[in-house]
Amino acid sequence: MVSPGKPMRLEPRTESGRSIWIVAPLAAIGASFLVAAILALIGGASPFSVFAAVINGAAGTQFAFLETLTRATPLIFTGLAAAVAFRAKLWNIGAEAQLYAGAIMTVVLGTGALPLPGPVVIPMIMAAGVMAGALLLLGPTWLKTRFGVDEVVTTLLLNFVMVLFVSMLLDGVLKDPMGLGWPQSKRVVADATLPKLVQGKRLHLGFVIAIGAALVVWFINARTTFGYEMRAVGFNPRAARFAGIPVNRVMAKTALLSGGLAALAGVSEVAGLKGNLTLDLSPGFGYTGIVVAMLAVLHPIGVIAAAIFVAAMFVGADAMSRTVGVPTYIANVMVATALLTMVTAMLFTRFRLRLS
Amino acid sequence: MSDSSDTSDVVLRLSGITKRFGPLVANDAISLDLHRGEVLALLGENGAGKTTLMNILFGHYVADEGTIEAFGVVLPPGSPKAALARGIGMVHQHFTLADNLTVLDNVVLGTEPLWRARSRHAKARGRLAELSETFGLAVKSDARVADLSVGERQRVEILKALYRDARILILDEPTAVLTPQETEALFATLQKLVERGLAIIFISHKLHEVMAVSRRVIVLRQGRLVAERKTSETDRHDLAELMVGRAIPEPKVEPISLGSVALSLQSVTLEGEGHPRLQDVSLELHGNEIVGIAGVSGNGQGALAEIISGIVAPSGGTVSLFGQPVRHFDPARMVAHGIARIPEDRHAVGVVGDLSLEENVISARYREAPFSRRGLVDWKKVREFATRIIADYDVRCPGPQAATRLLSGGNMQKLILGREMAREPRIILANQPTRGLDIGAVGYVHQQLLKARGNGAGILLISEDLDELLVLSDRVVVMYRGRMSPPIARSDVAIRHLGLMMAGHGFAGQAHAA
Repeated sequence: MVSPGKPMRLEPRTESGRSIWIVAPLAAIGASFLVAAILALIGGASPFSVFAAVINGAAGTQFAFLETLTRATPLIFTGLAAAVAFRAKLWNIGAEAQLYAGAIMTVVLGTGALPLPGPVVIPMIMAAGVMAGALLLLGPTWLKTRFGVDEVVTTLLLNFVMVLFVSMLLDGVLKDPMGLGWPQSKRVVADATLPKLVQGKRLHLGFVIAIGAALVVWFINARTTFGYEMRAVGFNPRAARFAGIPVNRVMAKTALLSGGLAALAGVSEVAGLKGNLTLDLSPGFGYTGIVVAMLAVLHPIGVIAAAIFVAAMFVGADAMSRTVGVPTYIANVMVATALLTMVTAMLFTRFRLRLS
Repeated sequence: MSDSSDTSDVVLRLSGITKRFGPLVANDAISLDLHRGEVLALLGENGAGKTTLMNILFGHYVADEGTIEAFGVVLPPGSPKAALARGIGMVHQHFTLADNLTVLDNVVLGTEPLWRARSRHAKARGRLAELSETFGLAVKSDARVADLSVGERQRVEILKALYRDARILILDEPTAVLTPQETEALFATLQKLVERGLAIIFISHKLHEVMAVSRRVIVLRQGRLVAERKTSETDRHDLAELMVGRAIPEPKVEPISLGSVALSLQSVTLEGEGHPRLQDVSLELHGNEIVGIAGVSGNGQGALAEIISGIVAPSGGTVSLFGQPVRHFDPARMVAHGIARIPEDRHAVGVVGDLSLEENVISARYREAPFSRRGLVDWKKVREFATRIIADYDVRCPGPQAATRLLSGGNMQKLILGREMAREPRIILANQPTRGLDIGAVGYVHQQLLKARGNGAGILLISEDLDELLVLSDRVVVMYRGRMSPPIARSDVAIRHLGLMMAGHGFAGQAHAA
């Protein structure tokens, strides 16, 4: 119903515009820079020097660019995890917990328990990590399909359970006896470490695996019956069920895929970058993955771009705050603005604004 | 009968009303007069602009152009309050009553200041009694609205308008939810209202009702006023052509010999919350046969459709397909058994609106060759199939990759029909297959159902449209409170009798005080 007397209103579009898919991300980036410019002025710096410092810090040198890709790696995994789940309307907010599940498996198997060469042990660790993350999401999904328990609540709360569980392990069975009392695990052995892509830099094989994972998800979405099932169930579970699509089974498979992808973020961070498990392994990669997925409008290839954008903002803002002196929080604001703009822009793929 | 050129008794005048929604012109320069003491029928297909026009009149929408005068005074646009104050009352298709309040509370609601309403209830009660006496609108003023039948609720809606001194009453598709008896009672009430000088706009797309109740008919088509007729000088055929804009062929039902039993239900029951949704329902459906299921909506038709669609399993009794009892109720299995299902709610259940047409045509068959092999979808084959359905069933759309939600109701139904008929089904469950469709699309659906009948399919047709049931069905059963009447051959069906059965007459232990 249209309410009279309002200066503007939304009307449903009768056709889908294509240009919006290009305009929306550009508008999102533009808006985030605009808001950042205002904040920079308030912070007493010239917006241009802030932008220059952010861009320089994120991509200005080979070191900076590789650092951005390193930071993007876990975000691609968690972004894919959210994109896959959200497409099927399975609201997995628990990527953080699944990430830690993958990390735990990495240190359990990678710190000397399997005396095997790298090409054997690394796939085994990845498989174990994927299974741990997948099973972790299967529980809440079963509760959702069987009893109607809201998975937003259960997956979110499991994040805290998992962090406490990791804390318990790091003060107990997984504690490094040589760690001078710090709550950290033993280091992953050389054979279980993901090789570096560039000698002497931090970028590691995990980045390539993340790109591969995005391509696999894209293939699943575009070409397989499972991808079709996830779309149908996500858009209209009633109609999907009526048509004979096994909705609960599709949900369970989606959970396994999503949880597994999130766990790979943990495997890749421990085996590729940090070398051991600590409580600060993830500065909220699981949650940031949700932002990445939304920025990418749930498209797996878009996830790669969105993860690099978000990583660049954070890496660039770190460097910027060192040179210009504006706090790094500006990166949070920019990412948040981009997200809000993107979500608003997506509204206009379905509705048009009319001024009366 | 007064002369329509006489302007002294014009109570409502719409001049040049135009309303656009984006590129769509919902109302195109519509002008009309309503006279004191007449029922003016507003006839048109879905999407012709009837409801938009009335929403403008009542102030829900603001017209882009044009003015409205009630009793010689121009109404301010976009103000339902002003419309009410000028004596315009509207009874919506979907009632706007508070279920948890009594009839009296509902009628009084909004007419009194918030405090000390209680003290005036005695007066309100007297006024309500007087109104319901005068116009033959019997309601129990202290009953909760939630406990009332649909017909009673409609009476409350009308009383609500009368209580607010409505002199002009707009009824939007008022008979859509009524039994034939309730419809007759409504018409008698409308007669009394106009005798006392009210003016009524009666919106409908049902021709026989328009013929029965109105003095003048205005026909809308694609937002334009295409014709105005005195009811006494026109007939159903003429009106149907005006409404659609071309001649309408009547469906022809050829007599045909019955095939073997395709679907049989023996003493099927389905428990619901509190009361059973189906009680001891038995039915046999043969090949080459259409069995019509009549009944006021919500009397077990939905439960029956859910069981045959495989959504729920019956709590008792046996469902057999081609002589084999069904043990596992599951939509995919029912589809595999050769049942085509046209669901009641095409938007919510029939299609996934956000998926493309080609994705929707394989929703029940995506696991089968040639549409997929080893878990990989062959989109080329899918597109060929979708393109064929679009062509064969005349689905008007931008192409197989367009989003399905953008289709009109008729085109969406054609897509569903094409999808279901492509399997050459042996049993078809058609639940309200023509609801909300325009006459052209209705004719098309009927043709397709009859063609399937000719090809040997058994068809279970659930419909609230008695005309449709009587034209298409070989046999008719009536459902009432979860029970099913024995079948009646079409030649033995009398509409009046059917109406009584729909109100519960003849059902064991259900003698209904109508």
